[in-house]
Parts: sequence; structure tokens; C-alpha cells
Amino acid sequence: MSRSREGAPVPAPLLVPAAIGVLFLTLPLLGLLVRTPWSQLGAQLTAPGVGQALRLSLVSATLATGLSLLLGVPLAWVLARSRARGRTVLRALVTVPLVLPPVVGGVALFLVLGRQGVVGSWLDDAFGITIPFTTTAVVIAETFVAMPFLVISVEGALRAADARFEDVAATLGAGRWTTFRSVTLPLVAPGIAAGAVLCWARALGEFGATITFAGNFPGTTQTMPLAVYLALQRDPDAAIVLSVLLLGVSLATLLLLRDRWLGRAGAA
Amino acid sequence: MSLHASVAVRRGTLDLRLDVEVADGEVLAVLGPNGAGKSTLLRVLAGLLPPDGGGVVVDGATWDCDGVHLAAHRRSLGMVFQDALLFPHLSVADNVGFGLRTRGTAKAAARAAAAAWLARVGLEGMGARRPGELSGGQAQRAALARALVGEPALLLLDEPLSALDARTRLAVRAELRRHLADFRGSTVLVTHDPVDAMALADRVVVVEDGRLVQEGTPEEIARRPRTDYVARLVGLSLLPGTGEGRTVRVDGGGVVAVAEEAVGAVFAAVRPESVALYLSRPEGSPRNVWRATVAGATPHGGTVRCDLAGEVPLVADVTATAFAELGLTVGAQVWAAVKASEVAVYAR
Repeated sequence: MSRSREGAPVPAPLLVPAAIGVLFLTLPLLGLLVRTPWSQLGAQLTAPGVGQALRLSLVSATLATGLSLLLGVPLAWVLARSRARGRTVLRALVTVPLVLPPVVGGVALFLVLGRQGVVGSWLDDAFGITIPFTTTAVVIAETFVAMPFLVISVEGALRAADARFEDVAATLGAGRWTTFRSVTLPLVAPGIAAGAVLCWARALGEFGATITFAGNFPGTTQTMPLAVYLALQRDPDAAIVLSVLLLGVSLATLLLLRDRWLGRAGAA
Repeated sequence: MSLHASVAVRRGTLDLRLDVEVADGEVLAVLGPNGAGKSTLLRVLAGLLPPDGGGVVVDGATWDCDGVHLAAHRRSLGMVFQDALLFPHLSVADNVGFGLRTRGTAKAAARAAAAAWLARVGLEGMGARRPGELSGGQAQRAALARALVGEPALLLLDEPLSALDARTRLAVRAELRRHLADFRGSTVLVTHDPVDAMALADRVVVVEDGRLVQEGTPEEIARRPRTDYVARLVGLSLLPGTGEGRTVRVDGGGVVAVAEEAVGAVFAAVRPESVALYLSRPEGSPRNVWRATVAGATPHGGTVRCDLAGEVPLVADVTATAFAELGLTVGAQVWAAVKASEVAVYAR
């Protein structure tokens, strides 16, 4: 830390673009705050639908993160530790949603899980379950888009963790599952936490896949980003207020979790 | 009760073929340069690496044999690595008790056993600490306690002292010696430090390029090295040659006068401290005098170790004072003299 502070002055050719970069990233947010109709804030926030959208966003992003943890951590372990042959192909497949336009993801989900879809029609026939345009669809869309962030982050943590600890555990009588539970998992916990935050933030902001696969029904599938987009077309002030609210939630989460998890990881 | 292992592993450039036998209570040191396959041997014994051939039998139970591979966690063993590798997320006591917990001991009993072992290795009352709060020597003691707490049949030590600073190494080595004396199972110690092998082992095998090159008690290894590597480790110049009565014709050229009769293929070994250096040809008693060039000089405590190039390659230890008085530098021309009685001769 102290070294970088005492370090050499930044060369001008780097300093200027860096400063422009900072402005580029922060100005829009400042603009948002400047244009916020603070006097109407209370009224806008208590307007019908806002609380509903916010609650739906928080709940579905949290569920999507939970689902991602459940599936993504084991997947990351397989990618990082197993010596299976198709690993590189598997990693490429898993990271596709990362670069895929979310709308395309939504269309793809619709084609598979929709009423006419390969899996969707079977679910409908066998169990009478319909997924599209439900809150379940919101969670699935968000998981599809956000889980790769978690997988990548946890895989990185697993690769960085010293695998010799797992050897030690084995020589102390721990089977592979015990080793995973009581050694590997605690060692990469900070990486999992960081990945979960990233995943949650991505799920909270999900727009394209959600609107394509789940639609835009207030109360069941209209999350905050969808509400913002809709509001912008009829009442720009409302859109600004909703945006500021979303910005606040995101920043609060980031700061809170940074101190609690990432900060502790740095100290350990 | 003992370890019988015959291990064959091929990995990249390493071709390891090694048979080791360790009796109960015995400490076997595997001494060799980096890349000789020592750590690979330990990984096979631990079950972390299935061998390509051979077998491992401990106390009559087969751990490895063609087709049979007992997983590491089912073997009765303890292992200490170069770095202590205490689990950073567990307290020191939980680290020590880890092996008991995984094998089904109740929490309270594991705690009590861990506390007793911590006291045995001199870490009484430090069980609540985090591994990060221990010094290197303390961490390695805790790692030893963790390996021994389950009373394993086999103890594997992989360079257990080499990450420690010189003073700590001395103290931990002495303690390790005490614990090894009390340990009733078989111990395999892997090291590249001859001092560890001499101080801790009952028997030493020297491994180079995956093959056994010498086996014996520490004293035998130290007095009669059979390869250049071992000779250099124990600080001897090794001159392979042919005995012709009271002289040895060195394979690389030159003749060494010796005090005993020597016939056939022999080694002549010279201790660096018995080599004297002169600027002009010495007169009188020493029977062996060679011209040599100082090819290298390394300070070594109060002495300077000089590598000599010449008809007979030698290593000489001279005091720092003598080194300065003679005005020696790398490249200096000297006369090296060794008394015949100072040359050890033994059959190849």
C-alpha cells in the first residue's frame, strides 16, 4: 500500500486518459443526482408500484444469487480442479452468457422453457407448470445472465488457493467431500462472497433477458430496471427517482459487503 | 510392522525406481538433489500419487499394488510439509485435532488430545491462536503435532526444516529428534540437507535421478561417499581411481599416495581441511604435492573454501587469515599438499 503511495509520479500520457476515464464513469451518475427532483422524492417513492417493483427486484436477485451459488460453486470446482478432458470446452460454454446479448438469452430461454419449448411443453403436459411470464421466469432469466460472473470469480479463487492444503487434509484422513466442505470452501470463501456480490448486482440490473422471457407485468415480473424503462417514456421524473433508488441500493450493497467480507479477507 | 515399498513412477523427465524398507521405530532419510524424485516418492507413499508400478505395504496391509490403490485419507499416516501448511481458517488447536475429527473422534476428545500434543511440542496455551500468529518454528511444531496426534503407522517428513531460519532450524531439529525417538511407527524423511539426515536418521538412502546410489548409516555415508554429489554434501573431494599398492592412479589423471595398500577400483577421499596451500613447492614430509589453480573461493565461517583446478581436482579449506596472507585470488597459482595418511581409500 504505502509503496504505491510513495511510488513514482504517474506519466502524463497515462494520467490524462485515466482522468477522462474517471469523468466518463462518474459524470452520468452525478448528472443523475443533479437532475433528481428531490422535492418530489417522497411522493414518487411512495407511488403505487414502486415498492412492489423494488421488492420484486430484491427478492428475485437474491433468489437468483442463491440458485447461482448452489449450482455455480460446484461448477467452478469442476472447472478448476477436475482433470476431465472437455474442460476447456465446458468453460467456454459456461461463459457464453457473459458475452451473449441478454435479449438473445431471453429468446433462447423462451424457446426451451416456453409453452411450445422442448422442456416447457413437457413441464406443461406432465405437471401443468408454465414458466414464462412468471416470477420464476424472472429468477431463471437473472440466474442465466448472472451465474457466469459467480462461476468465473469462484474458479479464479479456487485456482489461486493453495491446493496443497487439500493434500494435507487427505493425509489427515479427510475424504474428498470432507476436504471440500471443511478446507476448500472456507479457503475460497472471500472469492465466493465477491462472486456472489457481483452476481447479485448483475441480477439486480438484468433487463434484456427478463423482459424477453418474463415480460413486464407489474407485481409479478416488472423489476426495477423494467419499471425505470417504462417510466422514462411517460414520466421522466419518476424514471430519475427510480434510477437514483437503484443506484443507492447498488452502492449500499457494494460498500456494506466490501467492508464485511472483502475487508476481512484482506486482513486474514 | 514396517514399511516395504517398491515404487516406479514416470513423470516428464523423472524416472523414479526405488525400493525402500523401513522398520518400526526406524527413521530413514532420503537424501538427494532437487528433482531426484524424493518428494514424488513421498507423494506415492502418502497415496497422493498412484505409482505406475510397484507396491507399498505398511504393517502387512497393502496400500498400493497393481490394481489396488488405497486413497490417501484411508491410510494411517501423518505428513509434514516444508511449509507448515496449517489451515489458515482454523485455530491452532483445531488444526492439530483435524485428523482426529475426520476419523470420527468426538469434539471434546479431539480438543483434549490436541491440547496434550500442543504441550508436548512446547506450544502449551497457544491452541486458541490463528496459524498466522505463530512464528515459523512454532507453526512447524504445530504441523508435527497435527501429523502425530493420530498415532499413524507411517510418518512422512518432506523437507520439514528447510523453510526455517538457521537458528530456529537448530532448535526444531533437536526437538524433532526427540519426537522421532518416541515415535513407534516408521518414518521417512526427505531432505537435501545432509545435516538433517545425519542428525535425525538411523539409515540414509541417497537418490540421484530417480535411482538409489548409496545406502548406509549416516556415518558410512559421511565417511565413504560413493558419488560426487554425496562427497560434496559431506564436504569431501572424491577421486575415483585404481589402486596400485601404496598409490592410487586417479581416473581423471594424476597419482595419489596413500597410507594403506589399495588394489583395484577404489575411491580416494580427501577432506578439505587436510589440504594445505603454498605459493612455492613445499619441502619435506607431505607425499602428495600438486600444482593447482584457484578456480573459486567462498567464505565459509572463519575459513575460505577454495575449489582447485589442476591435475587432481580438490577442495581446500584455508583460514581467512591464511587466505589473505597468501594473497590468494581466483586464478592464483598454488601448490596443494596432502599427507598420504590423510587420504581415505575404500573399494568402489
